[in-house]
Amino acid sequence: MEIQPILAALRKHKIPAALIVLEIALACAVLCNAVFMIGQRISEIHLPNAIDEQGVADIRVMGTDPKLATDDVPRNLAALRQIPGVTAAAVINTMPLTNNGWNSNVATQPQDVMEKDSPNVATYFFTSGGEQALGLRLLRGRFFTSEEFADSKLASNYIPTAHVMLITQSLADRLWPGQDALGKQVWVGKEIHFTVVGIIADVLRPNQNGEGLAAFHWAMFLPLSPGPGGFLNDYVVRTSPQDRARVIDAAKQKLAALSPNAVVRGISFTDVRDKFFATDRSMIWMLVLVCVVMLAVTAFGIVGLTSFWVGQRRRQIGIRRALGATRAHILQYFQTENFLLSTAGVATGMLLAFGINLYLMQHYQLDRMPWYYLPVSAIALWILGQLAVLGPALRAANVPPVVATRSV
Amino acid sequence: MFGYYLDLAIRSFKRNRVLTALMVLALGLGIGASITTLTVLKLLSGDPLPQKSARLFTAEIDPLPAQGYVPGQTKPPWGNLMPYTDAMNLLRAHRAERQAAMALTQAKVTPARAGEHPFFSDAVMTTADFFAMFDAPFEYGSGWNAQSDDDSARVAVIAGFLNDKLFGGKNSVGQVIRINDHDYRVVGVLKDWSPQPRFYAVDLGGRSYGNGDAVFLPLKSARADDMDPQNVSCWQTADIQHLETAPCVFVSVWVELKHASDAAAYQTFLSNYVQQQISLGRFQRPEVVFPNLMKFLALEQVVPDDARLQTNLAFGFLLICIVNTVGLLLAKCLRRSREIGVRRALGATRRAIFAQFMVESGMVGIAGGVLGLVFAELGLWAIRHQPAQYAHLAHLDVSMFFATFVIALIASLIAGLLPAWRACVVAPAPQLKSV
Repeated sequence: MEIQPILAALRKHKIPAALIVLEIALACAVLCNAVFMIGQRISEIHLPNAIDEQGVADIRVMGTDPKLATDDVPRNLAALRQIPGVTAAAVINTMPLTNNGWNSNVATQPQDVMEKDSPNVATYFFTSGGEQALGLRLLRGRFFTSEEFADSKLASNYIPTAHVMLITQSLADRLWPGQDALGKQVWVGKEIHFTVVGIIADVLRPNQNGEGLAAFHWAMFLPLSPGPGGFLNDYVVRTSPQDRARVIDAAKQKLAALSPNAVVRGISFTDVRDKFFATDRSMIWMLVLVCVVMLAVTAFGIVGLTSFWVGQRRRQIGIRRALGATRAHILQYFQTENFLLSTAGVATGMLLAFGINLYLMQHYQLDRMPWYYLPVSAIALWILGQLAVLGPALRAANVPPVVATRSV
Repeated sequence: MFGYYLDLAIRSFKRNRVLTALMVLALGLGIGASITTLTVLKLLSGDPLPQKSARLFTAEIDPLPAQGYVPGQTKPPWGNLMPYTDAMNLLRAHRAERQAAMALTQAKVTPARAGEHPFFSDAVMTTADFFAMFDAPFEYGSGWNAQSDDDSARVAVIAGFLNDKLFGGKNSVGQVIRINDHDYRVVGVLKDWSPQPRFYAVDLGGRSYGNGDAVFLPLKSARADDMDPQNVSCWQTADIQHLETAPCVFVSVWVELKHASDAAAYQTFLSNYVQQQISLGRFQRPEVVFPNLMKFLALEQVVPDDARLQTNLAFGFLLICIVNTVGLLLAKCLRRSREIGVRRALGATRRAIFAQFMVESGMVGIAGGVLGLVFAELGLWAIRHQPAQYAHLAHLDVSMFFATFVIALIASLIAGLLPAWRACVVAPAPQLKSV
């Protein structure tokens, strides 16, 4: 295929050609960034969380007398464990993804706790059996012993008096990069520190805490025995996915009967997770919708402009056909022309996409777009262009040679 | 002439139905998306108290230790949250027309009727000036007075929707309601009151949008009944069972000044107060911030990033639609070169041709606007079914209704400029020759 005559023809139609290039460039720029944002949200929604998400339910009992918690908690737990299908139950201060965060700044040295860059970590404390109830996965070290649970009461600063803790793999990597975290000390205050006895697979924290995805897995777990205090509200109950709905109902009824003054709510963890990411999910759908509609509008624009200049060039096409050009030649001509325009558009669009990404990085804490988004959306627009031009090009190919003789 | 152009435009639309439909559809989609996102953005970034937001200020001080402090650069890290002691000192100083301290909590409300279950409601622990300062309208009764604050009186103001639920909407002033297993006497019932965004809750751990709070209690009495603030931050390990004396922040202070111009004087007073605390050894950092309501909302970036991102995206999309419309209009009007040639030969001026095509693109714009309105209503309907807190508030208002047509007309006239210009420079002679 000769490119020279196509370029010559395009030079005669500068404005329509420039419009197609501009349209493709804009579509490319928006598409790159929108697809990138979709990808980021999807990976956020699918962040791993090493608890038994399918089997865990959270029964929350609120509004009981905090002074009676020492007796209430064991009684409630015993009642929950009697429900058929319940394999484990424990009390925890808060659950992942509930937006009810207990956070502390921690450090590997006591003097560093107040430093500005000391990592902010989600703190979980649970009673005996909590690791089974949540389904935590131990990577190295060990879980807590029954003595460690029994010796740990809640102090007036709302930190258990334990001396041991479990931390997530991500937190271990953040605090001691490239080193073994087992046996090391984590400082929570100038006087308070814990020994790391176990490293567990990454568990999500209750909320993101504005430090980006890297910090979403920074969590530590402390042992606790039931004692006075109004905050031990969340009963973690573990069961099989098929028993879950029935167990939640039974648990709510039992605990409500035991504490008639309280407000009892039950929710499966999968619902907790769905709720937490609901806005992200709707954002994804909205971005997908925009991409689809935008591509459609761009395609219609290409169809419109190309059919216009096919119409304009009917005579020229007729002459070419009369001079021996086959239908395939004519088809090829318009497809090559569109390919050239798309290429120019995509090249401009990539620069634009990069610029938009820089702007978003500055204003919306977005990451840098990986390079492979550019070729992928380039290919998408090439295909779109070829498909859009197909109709008008076929119509052009069907122009009979006789047109040339008729209208001259 | 205008009527004639209109007639010509309609004829031209009839001749190229598909092309016209494509243009109107593209414009309509772009405008629908922009109006939908703009409506949401406007809802989110609105002024919750327009009549006095310029005179409402909040005090931000920095109680953190000296470690990590960079003079002139370190801003108060916790927004307008401050320790209880300082909030009370500022209130007692009485340097503003009105001043109130506040924190959010969850109140367990137990209905008096037997057999009804207790439930939790969003509650505000605050001081007497709160209602007058924020122009909260009363249906029955009024707020409590400063004396009730000092005496830790068990009095309460409740929202209209809670009054409906507990007392069937009747005047419940003087009735008793049971909150966290203590009896509080109702002194006032609010009319529907839910400023959007709920500015006073922003740093207190509350939702920024959505329904208003249900229960309002004196700070001191609520704290005496063990009601915990929603958001507590401490700068060292602390005895948080005694929050009032702990090294923690959990209340915010808002003040109403007589004139917005009094802000400088109050800020000086605030700085002096902090200096005094530094000399007492309580504080180390002298920086204070004293933003008015709208500035505070901007500082705290209350509008969700997603909403702003969506608006940017929608206008990017509108731009694509406009470029698309330019292309299609151009295609249409170049196709009519002969008609233009005839008109020019019959004496029409370039200006007349230009006007004719601008009228035509303007009509595309109006049609696009009407379609855009349909899409915007659809978009807002979809948003109302989203899980966001502000979702149910997303409605098209009168100003956005008109904005739709203004944007549509501007967009289409911009899109029409190039084609109209190309049309009016068409030389008549060659066109006539080829007829």
